[in-house]
Amino acid sequence: MVDHPGSGRFPVTRLSAIIGTSSPNPEERRRAFEALVSAYWMPVYKYIRIKWNKPTEDARDLTQGFFAEAIEKNFFARFDPSKAKFRTFLRTCLDGFVANENKAAGRIKRGGGATILSLDFDGAEQQLRIAAPPAANQTDEYFEKEWARSVFSLALESFRAQMLAAGKQTHLRLFERYAINAEEEEKPSYKDLASEFDLSVTDVTNYLALARREFRRIVLEKLRELTATDEEYRREARALLGVDLNGLAV
Amino acid sequence: MDWLSDKAVYRLREEADLPDLGGSKYMVLHKLGSGGMGAVYLAQDVDLGRKVAVKVMNIADSTGALASRMMREARIVALLEHPSIVPIHDVGVLEDGRVYYAMKLVQGARLDQFASGAPLDLLRIFQKICEAVAFAHARGVIHRDLKPENIMVGPFGEVLVMDWGVAKVLGEGEGESPRGPGKAGIELQGFDDADLTATLPLASGRESGDTSSGMVIGTPAYMPPEQALGKIELLDPRSDVYALGAVLYFLLTGRAPFDSTPTADAVRESTRKPPPRPRQINSSIPRAIEAMCLKAMSERRADRYASAEEVTIDVIKFLDGQPVSAYQENVFEKAGRWLGRNRFIVLLILTYLIARLVVFFSMGR
Repeated sequence: MVDHPGSGRFPVTRLSAIIGTSSPNPEERRRAFEALVSAYWMPVYKYIRIKWNKPTEDARDLTQGFFAEAIEKNFFARFDPSKAKFRTFLRTCLDGFVANENKAAGRIKRGGGATILSLDFDGAEQQLRIAAPPAANQTDEYFEKEWARSVFSLALESFRAQMLAAGKQTHLRLFERYAINAEEEEKPSYKDLASEFDLSVTDVTNYLALARREFRRIVLEKLRELTATDEEYRREARALLGVDLNGLAV
Repeated sequence: MDWLSDKAVYRLREEADLPDLGGSKYMVLHKLGSGGMGAVYLAQDVDLGRKVAVKVMNIADSTGALASRMMREARIVALLEHPSIVPIHDVGVLEDGRVYYAMKLVQGARLDQFASGAPLDLLRIFQKICEAVAFAHARGVIHRDLKPENIMVGPFGEVLVMDWGVAKVLGEGEGESPRGPGKAGIELQGFDDADLTATLPLASGRESGDTSSGMVIGTPAYMPPEQALGKIELLDPRSDVYALGAVLYFLLTGRAPFDSTPTADAVRESTRKPPPRPRQINSSIPRAIEAMCLKAMSERRADRYASAEEVTIDVIKFLDGQPVSAYQENVFEKAGRWLGRNRFIVLLILTYLIARLVVFFSMGR
């Protein structure tokens, strides 16, 4: 098991960031919003660009405005997990927010250009240029897909940090080479990896097994952080990883 | 934060989806396939240095009932040492609560993906299925969920009957059913069509209970009427015989006898219509084979073959060109079969007669 370096937002036991937004502790509230914004800003920005067909500048302002208002009015605290998934709730809030902003077009400009959160919009634009846009009637699915991409990106970031902190560079390089080298159609074989990394096939198998286990743990932690209840967590784990944790203490 | 392409996300998801067998002697290599109730992975048995197939259920086993059921399946399969029955090596529970079992790695295709080929070849495969089931019956075990999806065919024609999860040891109380003691059974009500296409106890994700009367186990598209009606106490080797007939039906026609999956109500009321006769779908099917299929699939248990062994005998007879018990031939068919069986002798006699005629006429000149 890799030691957790303590650099994560909830390093030991990830609590629900959604619940954290209602915490009386301002520091915890801040961390909770930070966790939610880091997971959702990219899907939100892309969704505004695609579904609402907003130009870059407006989409940036709307994204900033949306999260600023969420923090200010704390409307994530209104989320009722018995009614919907959090991201469905968030998307509904977002649609309402953009619609309102459209009605009062000047309000965008009132706070226009003000940077509240430091977000890499240029990177998001670059991604939009690379990927094929979704069909007009598939923007909901697009949001879901972007959310999954965001979860895996964040998990990978944490994974890298934790593996490096634990001195497991080889594990990390092997895992990256095996799992996310997107240039090749087929994954490299363990034998090829063994030769490439000057390891035995057994070592490759062991290293990958450990890395995989850690990565999965981090993904589940991330899901735990981004869901409000055990039930929602189980649903998301089922949707994202295929495991049905129903009935199991989580 | 790096941007991940769709392919990278897919691969990472695939990696994270691999079960963590960290506490066991198995190391997962990659996924082989998945179904409604779980996925099968290629894994390395670290202790013995061999590759095995590990099946991991999707459902976390919070009560332990599923693990009990799997363990019981392993014990039943252990009773059945036969080349056509896949041995289970091990059963365990993962840290996340999912149950897994390790079994012999089987190479080949599922029978439902295999139903193409010459009728005689398919009949030879069917013979092996019957032999495995007859072997199980001889040891007092009935399978109760025979269907093409539970049968594998290897590259050399070897046949493997799998998934003994709802099997019953005859004479054993249902309270010790394979799915764990003292559990409530599955009510058909509330299942939708999709639920009914797969093995009910697991595919639905609703862990069931015992197999008391009124509960349904198995796969409706292939199950006999008594099983569809939940009359568990009536299940005996003839119930497997019906399912064998249904498998033969699939091999002959390429489809399940009840191809439009029956609704829950239809099964409960036993209102499912008899399937079209195989020859109505494919008129080239020999009448004797059709008769064997229909006899095995008789609605009344008394009209079916009494055992899988009897089915096997008829299949062997047919393959040997002998009359089968299920079909009364007319004179022409008898003659045709005799000619077919003795083609070489007939040809020899005909050649001899023609030669004699040639000699006779040439001498007469």
